[in-house]
Amino acid sequence: MPDHASAWDLILSGDAALFAIVRLSLAVSLSAVALAALIGMPLGALLALTRFPGRPILVVLLNAAMGLPPVVVGLAVYLLLSRSGPLGAMGLLFTPSAMVIAQTILIAPILAALTRQTVEDLWIEYRDELGAMNVGPFSRVTTLLWDARFSLLTALLAGFGRAAAEVGAVMIVGGNIDGFTRTMTTAIALETSKGNLPLAMGLGLILVVIVIAINAAVWGTRLWSERHVG
Amino acid sequence: MRAPSSDLPLVLENVSLRAGATAILDGLNLTITQGAPTLLIGPNGAGKTSLLRLCMGLTAPSSGRITWGGRLDRAPTRRAIVFQRPVMLRRSASANVAYALAQAGVPRKDRASRIADLLQRVGLAELAHRAARRLSGGEQQRLALARALAREPEILLLDEPTANLDPAATRGVEEIIQMAALSGIKVVMASHDLGQVRRLAGDVIFLLRGRQHERAPARDFLDHPSSAEAASFLRGDLVI
Repeated sequence: MPDHASAWDLILSGDAALFAIVRLSLAVSLSAVALAALIGMPLGALLALTRFPGRPILVVLLNAAMGLPPVVVGLAVYLLLSRSGPLGAMGLLFTPSAMVIAQTILIAPILAALTRQTVEDLWIEYRDELGAMNVGPFSRVTTLLWDARFSLLTALLAGFGRAAAEVGAVMIVGGNIDGFTRTMTTAIALETSKGNLPLAMGLGLILVVIVIAINAAVWGTRLWSERHVG
Repeated sequence: MRAPSSDLPLVLENVSLRAGATAILDGLNLTITQGAPTLLIGPNGAGKTSLLRLCMGLTAPSSGRITWGGRLDRAPTRRAIVFQRPVMLRRSASANVAYALAQAGVPRKDRASRIADLLQRVGLAELAHRAARRLSGGEQQRLALARALAREPEILLLDEPTANLDPAATRGVEEIIQMAALSGIKVVMASHDLGQVRRLAGDVIFLLRGRQHERAPARDFLDHPSSAEAASFLRGDLVI
């Protein structure tokens, strides 16, 4: 990426480095959302449907974990993955995989906490009907997740927004290596500190436009399927 | 999959249900067997809905015992219930029926024909692919009946299924109930509508303040109630 070009020039000229950064940002954040959904949503639904001593404390901790500071998560993952850390032998530090791991840890609590609330509300409505159909515990979880799917899309968007916007975690565990682990947010931070404000601003605008486009696509899908499927 | 065991007779022995200090149902003794529909009537708050929930096994009695075909096991096998305001799953009409069939253990390969058959039975064949929550009140009630019938119940419990429907929709629902009763399903139904009691009931259970006040063949009860309270309820007075 040439130092003195504006973001606009880079888009118009189809700058390969710029598109690699956009691609990596999306790949990391979307992978993290997918992994966090696989982990967080079933756990959130399970927490919604079970009662045990200490549950209120767990709910409060989970809700609090939505506010985990990205740099703290980044630091924790850094310590886990660094050469001398417990998982150091896997050689993941400063790779896109490390960034996916950190962002997954960051947003899994968001998805779990929002799923817990959504499923718990739906369960109040469905409890008698599912009881009358003799629905077992496992089917309850899958039924409620499926029937809450439109509300859960919003949770997914919240998770994606958090992942796409954060810079602290990916900076620490990814290292902002040019052409390898540089994302939109770390590039913006770098260009800003270099004083290249027009380029930083342009990259910021591209990021915002991408986030809006993804939200619009998801919302359109939701409206369409609500009309046709229920 | 048909369970080998039967849910009939349904027997309540000295059943009471309390919420804190208030008795919702008090000392009920009741046997439900094969036959024409049994209608539960009585003023609001008499305990009709609570009694249906107990019969379904959704709530456990505070004291006394309930048996289904001699078993104490509350898991519903051969019975189904339609609530006063049934909850539609956020899926199409046919997917709602498919779900009920799956939960009743019907093998996947048999479901398509059963869905078509059930929707036909309740007159919703044309609306199979419509989102269930966008159906009208009467259509939702009929879909709930299709879901209940999907369980191939021996006992069908209905909680004022026509309470919020216009006369045309009410007739549609009553026809389905009559067909179900004729096919050998024991219908136990709460109703507010004395005309409906006359049209559907084989016998009547009159509940008052959580107690079974009277049980009699429908014609006898409607024409010659044996208690003063039943007589004034039938006249349309407020019975407290």
